[in-house]
Amino acid sequence: MPLSLAHALKQAAIAGLLALGLAFPILALRSDQDMNNRLIVETRWSWAIGAALAIFALRLIGLYLQHWRANRPQSVRSNEARKDYGTPLAWAGLIILFAFPFVILSLLGPQGALKWINNYGIQILIYVMLGWGLNIVVGLAGLLDLGYVAFYAVGAYSYALLSTTYGLSFWICLPLAGLLAAFWGILLGFPVLRLRGDYLAIVTLAFGEIIRVVLINWIEFSNGSAGISSIPRVTFFGLPFTAGEGGFAALFGLEFSPIHRVMFLYFLILCLALITNVVTLRMRNLPIGRAWEALREDEIACRSLGINTVNTKLTAFALGAMFGGFAGSFFAVRQNFVSPESFTFIESATILAIVVLGGMGSQIGVAIAAVLMIGGTEVLRELDVLKAIFGEGFDPAQYRMLVFGLGMVVMMIWKPRGLISTRTPTIFHMKRRAVSSDLVKEGHA
Amino acid sequence: MRRWLEDPLLNVEHLSMVFGGLSAVSDLSFSVGRGDITALIGPNGAGKTTVFNCITGFYKPTRGRLALARAGAIEDDALDRLTLSGQRFAGDLYLLERMADHEITRRAHVARTFQNIRLFAGMTVLENLIVAQHNELMRASKLTFGGLIGLPSYRAAETHAVQRALDWLKRIHLIHRADDAAGDLPYGDQRRLEIARAMLTDPVLLCLDEPAAGLNPRESAELTALLRSIRDEDRTSILLIEHDMSVVMQISDHVIVLDYGRKIADGTPQDVRDDPRVIAAYLGVEDEEDVAAAESEVARMAGEAP
Repeated sequence: MPLSLAHALKQAAIAGLLALGLAFPILALRSDQDMNNRLIVETRWSWAIGAALAIFALRLIGLYLQHWRANRPQSVRSNEARKDYGTPLAWAGLIILFAFPFVILSLLGPQGALKWINNYGIQILIYVMLGWGLNIVVGLAGLLDLGYVAFYAVGAYSYALLSTTYGLSFWICLPLAGLLAAFWGILLGFPVLRLRGDYLAIVTLAFGEIIRVVLINWIEFSNGSAGISSIPRVTFFGLPFTAGEGGFAALFGLEFSPIHRVMFLYFLILCLALITNVVTLRMRNLPIGRAWEALREDEIACRSLGINTVNTKLTAFALGAMFGGFAGSFFAVRQNFVSPESFTFIESATILAIVVLGGMGSQIGVAIAAVLMIGGTEVLRELDVLKAIFGEGFDPAQYRMLVFGLGMVVMMIWKPRGLISTRTPTIFHMKRRAVSSDLVKEGHA
Repeated sequence: MRRWLEDPLLNVEHLSMVFGGLSAVSDLSFSVGRGDITALIGPNGAGKTTVFNCITGFYKPTRGRLALARAGAIEDDALDRLTLSGQRFAGDLYLLERMADHEITRRAHVARTFQNIRLFAGMTVLENLIVAQHNELMRASKLTFGGLIGLPSYRAAETHAVQRALDWLKRIHLIHRADDAAGDLPYGDQRRLEIARAMLTDPVLLCLDEPAAGLNPRESAELTALLRSIRDEDRTSILLIEHDMSVVMQISDHVIVLDYGRKIADGTPQDVRDDPRVIAAYLGVEDEEDVAAAESEVARMAGEAP
C-alpha cells in the first residue's frame, strides 16, 4: 500500500501541533526572579516552535520508515540460517575483560587509568552482575520484580553493619550478605506467591521502598539517612592496600599506588559477575532452571506435571536475591560508605531496564545492555565537546534521563523483545535451533 | 464385564462443587475401572471439566471423597481408617480431595491434559517432555547441588530421560520435530504432544479433556489408536471428556453421562446409547412428558432396528 504524502503530512502535523501544545507551558513559558526577587515570566517562543518542528520532522521520517519496514520483501521466518556466534563471542569478551585494566594502565598510566577502571570497568560490571541476578527472576522465571534494589541494599548493609560492629572481614561477610539477601528474597517470595502480573510488580515495588524507608527511619540500627561511613576497605585476602610496611605494595615490591586497590576491586567484581553467569547458565540446564522457564511459559501446566510451583518461585527469588546481596556487599566495600540514598527506586528501574533491553533470559544481551546503559551515562559526562555547540552552561549529564527515555522508545519500536530476543533451547536432539521470541512468553506469572 | 464395579482405580463419592450460589456438580458418585477407558460425557455446562479439576486438584471440592488406589484394591476399612486419620495418603491409598494439584501428579500419579492446549510454547518439543520428568531429574540432581557439580549419576539420569522422551516422540510420530518450538507445531501434533508429556509423569490415571476437539477424521483415528495403546501397552487407565460421540463409542469401556452437575446414566457404551434420559439431555427435551415421548420413540426405533 503506497503511503500518500497528504496522509503523512497530516499525521506529522497533528504530532507537531500536539508537541506545540505541550511545549507551550513547558518550554515557551519560563518563570524566573528579577532583580527585586519578583516572579516574572520569560517567553521562549523559538524553543517551543523548534520543538514542534522537530517533532513534525521526526514523525514524518518515522512514518516513511514504518512504511518501508512493512513493505520490504519479507524473508521467511527461519532459525536455521542463524549461526551460533555465541561461544566465540563470549570467549573473546572474557579475554578483553581480563586484559582491560592492564591495557588501560599501560596506555594512560596509573593516574589516567584510575577513572577508566573505576567509572567504566567496575561501575558497568556491578550492573552486569545485578542484571544477571535479576535475569533469573524476571527473564527465566518470568516474575516481574520492581524492588530488586532491596536485596542490593540488604547486601550492602549486611557488610557495612557486620564489619563495623563485629569487625568481620569482607571475605566472611560476603557469603553472609548473600545468605541474608536470599533469606529476604524468600521472605518477599511468600506474600507474592499468589500474585500475578501487575499486582506482583506493585508488591515488589513496595517491598523495595519499605526496605529503604526502614533504613532511613530506624536510626539506632542503620544510622538513618546519614548512612554508615568508614566501612573497612577491601584487603588482598588480608593484606591491606596501604603505603608502607605490611601493605600489598611493600610485600610484592611494587611502588605504592591507589591503582592496586582499584584493580583488585575490578577483578573481584569481574569474578563475582562471572560466578553469577556460570551458575545461572548451569542452572538453566538443570531441572530447576527448566522448571523456571516452564513456570514463565505456563504455571498451570507446570502444576499439572507435578512441579511444586511454590518452591520453584521461592528458589528463583532466593537465588536472584543472593546475587543481588553479593553485589551489594561489593558496593559497600568499594564505596566505604552506604546510605539509603543509593537504593532508590530508580536503581531498580535501571536494573530492570537492563534486563528488558538485553532481551529477557539472554545473558549476553543483559551484559551488552549494561554496557550501553551505564557506559552510555558515563560517556555523556565526557562529552565536553557539546559545550562548544550549546554554550558554556550546557551539562550533557543533565540530559541522561532524556537520552535514556528516547533510547527506550526507540527500542520498543525497533526491538520490543530486547537486543537478543531469541531463546536458546537447553537441550537438543539433532540440532540446537533458537526459538523465535514470538513464541516465548514474558511470564509475570 | 463391569470392571469399574469389581476393580475400581478411583472411587468418586458424593462429590459436590459449589461456586458462590451456583452448584456445578452435586452429589456425584462414580467409579473408574482399572485398565478401562472411561468417558465422561454430557452437554455443555454439565460440569465435566469441574469434575476433572476436582480429581486433579485444581479445585478443592466443596464436599465428597475421591479415593484412589494405585495398585491394590480400595478396601473399605483401610479407606475409613485413612479418612478418619486426617492424612492425605497411606500406603497405596490416596485421598485426592486433600492433596494439592502437583502432589496428585507426583504422588498419586494422576496426569491430565487441558481443553485449551497448555504446552510450553516457547520451549522445544524435547524440552516439554524433559520438564514432564522434573521430579525424577530433581531427585537425580540431588536438589540441583549434584547437578551443579556435574555428578555422573545426574548425567546418566538426564540421558535416560532424553531417551524416554525420544521413544515417546517416535511413538507419536514427532521425532523429526524434536528441536522445534512446541508452539510451532500444527494443532493435531500439539494435542498428541500434550498427551505424551502427561504420560511421561508415569500416571496410573490419565485424564484427557476433549482430546479429539479440532482434529480431522484421520487425526481422530490416530488418536483412538494412541489411546488404545496407552490402555493396553502402558497399562494406564484413561478418563476422558469428549464430545465426539464416534470416538467415545469406539474406544470407551465405560461411559458416565452428566447433566446439570448430576449423573444421569452410567454403564457400557451400549447401555448409555439407549438410555432415554441421555437422549433427552442431548436433544434438549424440556419436561417429563417429553421424556416419556422420547422413551417411546427410542423403543419404536429399537424395535425397527435389526
